[in-house]
Amino acid sequence: MVTAAVPRLAVERLTAWYGDAAGIRDVNLAFEANRVSALIGPSGCGKSTLLRCLNRMHELVPDARVEGRVLLDGHDIYAPGVNPIAVRRTVGMVFQKPTPFPTMSIAENVAAGLKVGPPVSRSERDAVVERALRRAALWDEVKDRLHHSPLALSGGQQQRLCVARSIAPEPEVLLLDEPTASLDPLGAARIEELVHELKREFTVVIVTHNLQQAARVSDVTSFFYLGALIETGPTAQLFTAPVQPQTEAYITGRFG
Amino acid sequence: MASPATRRIVGAAMTGATYGAAALAIVPLAAILVMLLTRGAGSLDWDFFTRSAVPVGEPGGGFAHAIVGTLLVVGVACAIGIPIGVGAGIFLAEFGGGRFGWVVRFVADTLNGTPSIVIGIFAWAWIVRPAGRFTALAGSVALACILAPLVARTTEEMVRLVPNSLREAALALGYPRWRTSLTVVARTARAGIVTGCLVAIARVAGETAPLLFTALGNQFFSTNLLQPIAALPLQIYVYALGPYEEWHRQAWAGALVLILLVLILGTIARVATRSRHERA
Repeated sequence: MVTAAVPRLAVERLTAWYGDAAGIRDVNLAFEANRVSALIGPSGCGKSTLLRCLNRMHELVPDARVEGRVLLDGHDIYAPGVNPIAVRRTVGMVFQKPTPFPTMSIAENVAAGLKVGPPVSRSERDAVVERALRRAALWDEVKDRLHHSPLALSGGQQQRLCVARSIAPEPEVLLLDEPTASLDPLGAARIEELVHELKREFTVVIVTHNLQQAARVSDVTSFFYLGALIETGPTAQLFTAPVQPQTEAYITGRFG
Repeated sequence: MASPATRRIVGAAMTGATYGAAALAIVPLAAILVMLLTRGAGSLDWDFFTRSAVPVGEPGGGFAHAIVGTLLVVGVACAIGIPIGVGAGIFLAEFGGGRFGWVVRFVADTLNGTPSIVIGIFAWAWIVRPAGRFTALAGSVALACILAPLVARTTEEMVRLVPNSLREAALALGYPRWRTSLTVVARTARAGIVTGCLVAIARVAGETAPLLFTALGNQFFSTNLLQPIAALPLQIYVYALGPYEEWHRQAWAGALVLILLVLILGTIARVATRSRHERA
């Protein structure tokens, strides 16, 4: 059986600008379906910028613009006429800090993305909420308080709630921007387990500062430095036998 | 490094100073309330709330016309001013970075700094004179002109306090920009927006100057928006300046009712807007 002949998501000659400064420069990279791809590198290397280019969040920053192409299933999401809102519905995102909507209940949070999609009946909605919470490994912890505030949940639970909210509208790609940076080790471990499960259904791209985390959860790792993609390869290979001296210096802790 | 004993003394002194400052801040409010209660509470009876003014010399009579007039004039002012103010505030906070936003902010600040009597003259020149008579509606418009810019600026401040991460989370779910602002950002800021509206309502409920040449005042009970109407501040003004002891007592009672009205209004709105999810 041949898997993933065509990458789900491909970046071609991508340069992302903040005014006159390039956050990333001339990046070429492919993300294959049902794989976890990790983006690593020191702070300010452009890994989060690249991530935000993949769902057209980058352009929300004033004066920000993008050159190059990002192909989702072969179609350029930056082509004229493409609606960024439609892109974001296909490419979900989870942020560094948990961001539950404080005025909505747990169930309403999970269903928030459905409100801007095609109309669903109440029973469908409830089914989607349960399914998303189960897939985010949160159902058993919140099933008795679906209509309570999400603010009473722990940080790790809130972050899994955000994962559930992102996957409820059935995106194809899930972007995780340092999803465990604000969590305690236990909460982080739960998220990592979750990432393993999620790749069965989604193409996952994760930005992380934690090299052990990248090594644990990802299939492919890409190393960025000063806005440039230095090296990309299967995770095991990149961590054990990096080709570029900069990569080796970074993963052995000599800088960054 | 100071010794532990010195630190304890300094700490106690500073704590005492903050308590003292807080107590001082409460003094004027307490003094006003105590004075209004001692002078006005005695005149508060059933008649005061159910009867309108009676001719001088006749016993009894009340402020019912003025209470209803204030509720009506302020209510209509809210119906006009709050939607405009809240809408403008959300616009300023979410999209107000450009030249137009600068103009709106400048206009709001200028209006906030305009003496209320000037706004009364404006309403007189633009509504009362063309219509040929004083009307409750003209009073409401004048109050709305004070209300809207106040609400706009407080709403803007409250919406700005909503963390950007919530906006991004909504946008990343595929929410359009306007929907993010209304359903996620404004809802999150709701308690603050409501508080801002209440402060503004309390402010305009006590305004007298803008009503002098718009709603005019009325000794008789009226709910007609197109006729002159009584209002608590106007009635207090007339009665307090009048020569009769009975009028003075009723003016004190009217002032007390005005304060209580604002307090009750605030409490109701607070309770009504407390979301079932905000208790956590």
